Amino acid sequence: MEIITILILCFFLATVAPVIRQRTGIWSGWILAIVPAAIVVWLVVIYPKVWAGNAFRAAYEWLPQLNMGFSFRLDGLSWLFAMLIFGVGSLILIYAGYYMKTYKNTKRFFAYLVFFMGAMFGLVAANDLMTLFLFWELTSVTSFLLIGFKHHLKAARDAALQALLITGTGGLALLGGFILLGIEYQTFNIEVILQNPHIFLNSKYFLPISILLMVGAFTKSAIFPFHFWLPGAMQAPSPVSAFLHSATMVKAGIFLLARLLPLYSQSDFWIYTLTIFGVTTMFAGGWLSMAQNDLKKILAYTTVSALGTLVLLIGTGTAYALTAALVFLLVHAFYKATLFMMAGNIEKKTGTRQMDALGGLRHWMPVAAIISYLALLSMSGVPPMLGFIGKELIYEAKMKAPDAAVFILLAGFLANVFMVFVSARIAFSVFLGPKMSFDKKVAEPDVALLTGPGILVILSLLLGVFPEIAQNIISPAFTSIAPDESLVKLKLWHGFNNILLLSVLTVSAGLLMYFARKGLINRISRLNELFFNLHLSERFFAGLNAFMSFAGRKTSFVQHGYHRFYLMTMILSATALLWYGMFKMNFSWDSHLFEGVLSWIVLVAIFVIVSASIATVTTSNRLNALIYIGLVGIGLTIIFIYYGGVDLAITLIVVETLMIVIGAMVVYRLPKYIRYSGVTSRVRDVLISVVFGATITAIILAISPDYQAKEVADYFVENSLTKGFGKNVVNVILVDFRALDTLGEITVLALAAIGIASLLKLKLDKKT
Amino acid sequence: MKSQIIQIAATYLMPFLLVLSLVVFYRGHNEPGGGFIGGLIGGSAIILYAGAYGLEITKKLWINRPTALIWIGLAMALLSGFFAYLTHGSPFMTAVWVQIGSGPFALKVGTPLLFDLGVYLTVMGMLVKVVLTVMEEVL
Repeated sequence: MEIITILILCFFLATVAPVIRQRTGIWSGWILAIVPAAIVVWLVVIYPKVWAGNAFRAAYEWLPQLNMGFSFRLDGLSWLFAMLIFGVGSLILIYAGYYMKTYKNTKRFFAYLVFFMGAMFGLVAANDLMTLFLFWELTSVTSFLLIGFKHHLKAARDAALQALLITGTGGLALLGGFILLGIEYQTFNIEVILQNPHIFLNSKYFLPISILLMVGAFTKSAIFPFHFWLPGAMQAPSPVSAFLHSATMVKAGIFLLARLLPLYSQSDFWIYTLTIFGVTTMFAGGWLSMAQNDLKKILAYTTVSALGTLVLLIGTGTAYALTAALVFLLVHAFYKATLFMMAGNIEKKTGTRQMDALGGLRHWMPVAAIISYLALLSMSGVPPMLGFIGKELIYEAKMKAPDAAVFILLAGFLANVFMVFVSARIAFSVFLGPKMSFDKKVAEPDVALLTGPGILVILSLLLGVFPEIAQNIISPAFTSIAPDESLVKLKLWHGFNNILLLSVLTVSAGLLMYFARKGLINRISRLNELFFNLHLSERFFAGLNAFMSFAGRKTSFVQHGYHRFYLMTMILSATALLWYGMFKMNFSWDSHLFEGVLSWIVLVAIFVIVSASIATVTTSNRLNALIYIGLVGIGLTIIFIYYGGVDLAITLIVVETLMIVIGAMVVYRLPKYIRYSGVTSRVRDVLISVVFGATITAIILAISPDYQAKEVADYFVENSLTKGFGKNVVNVILVDFRALDTLGEITVLALAAIGIASLLKLKLDKKT
Repeated sequence: MKSQIIQIAATYLMPFLLVLSLVVFYRGHNEPGGGFIGGLIGGSAIILYAGAYGLEITKKLWINRPTALIWIGLAMALLSGFFAYLTHGSPFMTAVWVQIGSGPFALKVGTPLLFDLGVYLTVMGMLVKVVLTVMEEVL
């Protein structure tokens, strides 16, 4: 129940957020932050229960026929993520309230942001794969809206589209994987599935499920080769980058991997795949971050590297690795959100976020500089920050990894060196160094802009100095993903050992690289150009454009815009299908069909119809043709009356009259009649018409003798008066028995009227 | 170009046609007729008037926004479907009948009648809308 309350609270807050924003302006951040902050307090209060392993639950039926449920369960892992979502979320809201004041239409921005918060909470609290998928997709959609928030810029629109298509494709893959899992388990309940991993491991769908789940997690968490949407997503305003694209949404894939860990922890395939992709992403992200010039892009690539590290650690799966993963999750959320908010502050105050244009900012913004230094220290893993503990644990986990430890360790070492280098570069070139001149008057960012980063940095520091707190925070999460293992004790000081040596080496190597930066960055860029620039983003758009032009060609082939060819296609395919159906049913017709039903009246009517039809197509005067068609209708009316279809007859005669009246109005304005079509096409048209007419005639003859739906007709006739209280069966069918059909028909009529009216009002030909 | 003959004919025919359309509509449940035919006849009445006296005066005297008829008609048809759902919890489009009075003047009223009235108004509105637009834009 509590979980549902939180979800409703979030989504309700999202709907009123625009109003709050409009009423309170820059203070709206503080007001909106009250709700997530209160939820954080609640989460802290329930901590003993979570610690004791009592999960909060809520379960509802959704589609029981398909085993789908709408159910939630807040266990240790969900609790940790929920703390991140609402803790970082409230700080981001405070920050965004002030940050967004120079933007337009910020009302909806806050709605999206709060909505995302709710969706993300639903994702981490879900206890049913379909529920999880629902919220997974909601986070993709809100991410799309937030990346594309500055939608007047093409770059932002493209980045949003790219992110949506990639995470959306991943979402589809995930859905496929979930459905296969559901087929194997006959349930989507995550708890039940996790308790029986052997069904999955022995499943004949093992490989497809594994690949689909991995694609889902990898696209969401920007793992190589799907990593490129994340740097593009930096088009979003900074609060979004700090919240979605560093602390929460990109961790959804990591969350999924951690959540499903009991399922695949016995599978070598998973361990190797996660390790390979994790190491590649960790290394590539670190490498690519070095030569960037845009502050936010640098941070984005280091985020990619961090996500790779997390995948690697979860894939390794030992107690050390999982402890390291959970600690690093916290570490990364704290320092990366801080740095993204700082990048936003810098851009706001100086007007640029290009590295070569920035310098000496500590003179203008000393507090911001100190906060950033601390965050950068955490990023490079220097004591006493929490980042140090995280990095030590990661090294230790890699050293103790069962296979290929040396290779992983080397890649990890290099990735960390890159991090140190990047941190040093930001610290020295942006905040220290000579004062640069800026267009704007640079000043210390406002309190609201420093609150969030400040609190996060203090947390990094506090948890580093008192690692027991961090241990307590991650401990329930550890128990819920690896109940059989025991958490590694966190310590700031491990004594003099190989790991400490490695840390010292990392920092020194990073600093050394920084002092050689001038030549180094150029060389790295050149190397990237030569070997590593895969142009994934450009290729993605090239592929997208190729697909669009393929779709365009296909559409212009099928939807050519020639009315006559549409008619021809319809008539010919209908003819073919009808004949196919008739041959399949072994049609036959009764030669005695007409005995006793034809009279001279009907024969006269038929004669009128046939001769009027011939006259219609041969006349060269439009008004005459109109009248001949009317004559056909009158012939039909006679036949209807003769056989007792009075309703039909009345309707038909009114319709025919009106058609001639309306037609006469239009014919009067048409240009002179000229015959454009040649003999060939006329012969073709005659053939098609004759074939179609013959087909319809044949069908009527074939179905009349043994009328298949006789019992339906009998039912209507019998029950018209008793159940429909009407003697006119036709009308009772129309307004009672089959009223839904009639409702559809009159809706079509209404649409047709509006369509005709708008076409006529359109005045395509402006000259007349 | 306005013909005196048509104008006079329209003046007398129009009320007759409108009443006829209602009669046809009402008797439709037991005899040939119904909302669709009634709507067509009612629409024809207005078209006849418009043909005789022109667009301006028709709009002024009779109907300015035929689209409103369409919406009202559709809404009535839809509501008649929901009526049983709201009162009895029965499925969409279940008919509900009430008898008013007894003896020879007994009148049976039910949601199908409301539905048929919706059809009547929609058809009439559609016809008038199309013809008036044609008259406005083409002629």
